[in-house]
Amino acid sequence: MSTTTPVSPSSLRLRYRAVAARRVGALAALACVLVTLLVVDVSTGPSPFPLADVVGGLFRPDGLPLEQRVILWDVRLPYALMAVLVGASLGFAGAEMQTVLNNPLASPFTLGMSAAASVGASLVVISGWHLVLWNENVALSLGAFACACVATLLIVWLAWRHGATTETVVLFGIGLMFSFEALQWLLQFIADANALQQIVFWSMGSLARSTWGKIALLTCVFTTCTLWASVDVASLTALRAGDEQARSMGISVERLRLVALARISLLSATALSFVGTIGFVGLVGPHVARLLVGDEHRYYLPGAALAGAIMLASASVLSKTLIPGVTLPIGIITALVGVPLFMLLVSRRRRLHG
Amino acid sequence: MAEPMLHLDALCVRYGARVVLDGLSLAPVEPGTTVGLLGPNGVGKSTLLRALARLASPTGRATVGSFDLLYGSRREHTRQVGYLPQTLPQPSSLLVYEAVRSALRATCGGLSDATRDRRLQQVFTRLRLHPLAMSPLDRLSGGQRQMVGLAQVLVRDTPLLLLDEPTSALDLRWQLLALEAVGEAARQRGAIVLVAMHDLNLASRFCDRLVLLSADGLVADGAPADVLTPPNLRRAYRVDARVERTASGDYVALAERAIPDEPALACDN
Repeated sequence: MSTTTPVSPSSLRLRYRAVAARRVGALAALACVLVTLLVVDVSTGPSPFPLADVVGGLFRPDGLPLEQRVILWDVRLPYALMAVLVGASLGFAGAEMQTVLNNPLASPFTLGMSAAASVGASLVVISGWHLVLWNENVALSLGAFACACVATLLIVWLAWRHGATTETVVLFGIGLMFSFEALQWLLQFIADANALQQIVFWSMGSLARSTWGKIALLTCVFTTCTLWASVDVASLTALRAGDEQARSMGISVERLRLVALARISLLSATALSFVGTIGFVGLVGPHVARLLVGDEHRYYLPGAALAGAIMLASASVLSKTLIPGVTLPIGIITALVGVPLFMLLVSRRRRLHG
Repeated sequence: MAEPMLHLDALCVRYGARVVLDGLSLAPVEPGTTVGLLGPNGVGKSTLLRALARLASPTGRATVGSFDLLYGSRREHTRQVGYLPQTLPQPSSLLVYEAVRSALRATCGGLSDATRDRRLQQVFTRLRLHPLAMSPLDRLSGGQRQMVGLAQVLVRDTPLLLLDEPTSALDLRWQLLALEAVGEAARQRGAIVLVAMHDLNLASRFCDRLVLLSADGLVADGAPADVLTPPNLRRAYRVDARVERTASGDYVALAERAIPDEPALACDN
């Protein structure tokens, strides 16, 4: 073991303050990028909407013609805000999941939550409940949320019964994911052409189902979950040094894991039930945050939420601009952009760490 | 107020049908004492430490002062006991400073910023970790990560320190520095240190008292000169060994020959 030139002990706190300032700067930069993307997202679409009108319309809606006001306040703004909120939720949930499962590949997909949500939505479509319940939009979200919650409760119950080790949770999650995927194929097989089209469209992910009510609900869930997670921030940071190290500090690792899983599930299930299957945001967002602000969870969790939100807001812009006049399902864009981005991050990490 | 003593009485730990510790009792351990736990693999050194850290389920009695280590409140246990596991802190993007500070934040919530800073400064200085403070754990060698693990324990300032092979990944120089830091912490704060080790010579040099265990239980408990004797080493490790005293007064054990296993007895049915 070698050490370099000794450094004055009194500089320890000052040195860390410089690191912390850089990280706060990185978070502020991410927030600025996000706000810019939000404005660009709102001003992008099939009908032209100058940036100045967008900004003016946000502060003085009455100053816009009725048609533009409807486009801005009932279509573009809800879609853009939903993209930000869903991205932030998936990024945050993915970051916490990677920590509690000690697995860089963990994301809301790992525990089969996305697959379960798809099954829930498909069941609603096939059974025809979407025609009976309030309206189709609400019925699909309710079905997806209920099924994602069933999957979560099953995981948490199995983990509680068999010891909440990372291996147990990941193995049960992968098992559940395959089971729900098989169920999804079965439902697609028995669905008629009309229902099949709806199921496939839902599973590609879309912001077209956004409403102000859903935005308000997701905002409440996101705020609750982030405040709840803030109680465990010190324990989550300690867990990054390893399970055994955390246990040696008196942290009940199994309890922490179960509580975090419940939190992650609530957040992901709510987000996914509103927009359908959106992959890679929960996986890539945390890696971007780790590269920028490290593993201290006071910076890492907000960083992952911001990175996830930026990713989905960019995907939303791309989905409207790649093919003029056509809005592509956002799930396709996140996967298409997410895979190369993920590979780039992995190779960059390998270069950095040899 | 008198510093608390450590009492261990009739401790038993079993993993399924296998009894690892069978009624181990030790004479009371005085504050400021470093006790070395010695013995071959699998005799229960780590199990004893894990039991006191509440990571195994023992029966018997273990107290520090009036605090019951086995059944007392979880919060008080965290305040009383610092445990260094055999496993090293895993590589991650966490900085060394953050890893050590996280141990304080997770266990000593009510500390003022000034006290927290003072403790961090003290432990970084004591373990000479200042040059590594802003390095992420995934850029450190195994030995450096072991020093970080030790810092995570020492920074908590607990009256009882349980260290499971704290020098297993360290080179010669850092073995000495790490054990000097542990001894200094114990003496200054009146802490009790239980340290499981395989290096008899380091143990004889840094420990005030040695506990030698074998598969059959306790072999010897006392000062290094009384415990490190050829008959005791033969009984515990099944080796012929010489023990010599150096000019500085330390004892050096030199293993010369492993005693062959006895042939298994034929079994007539």
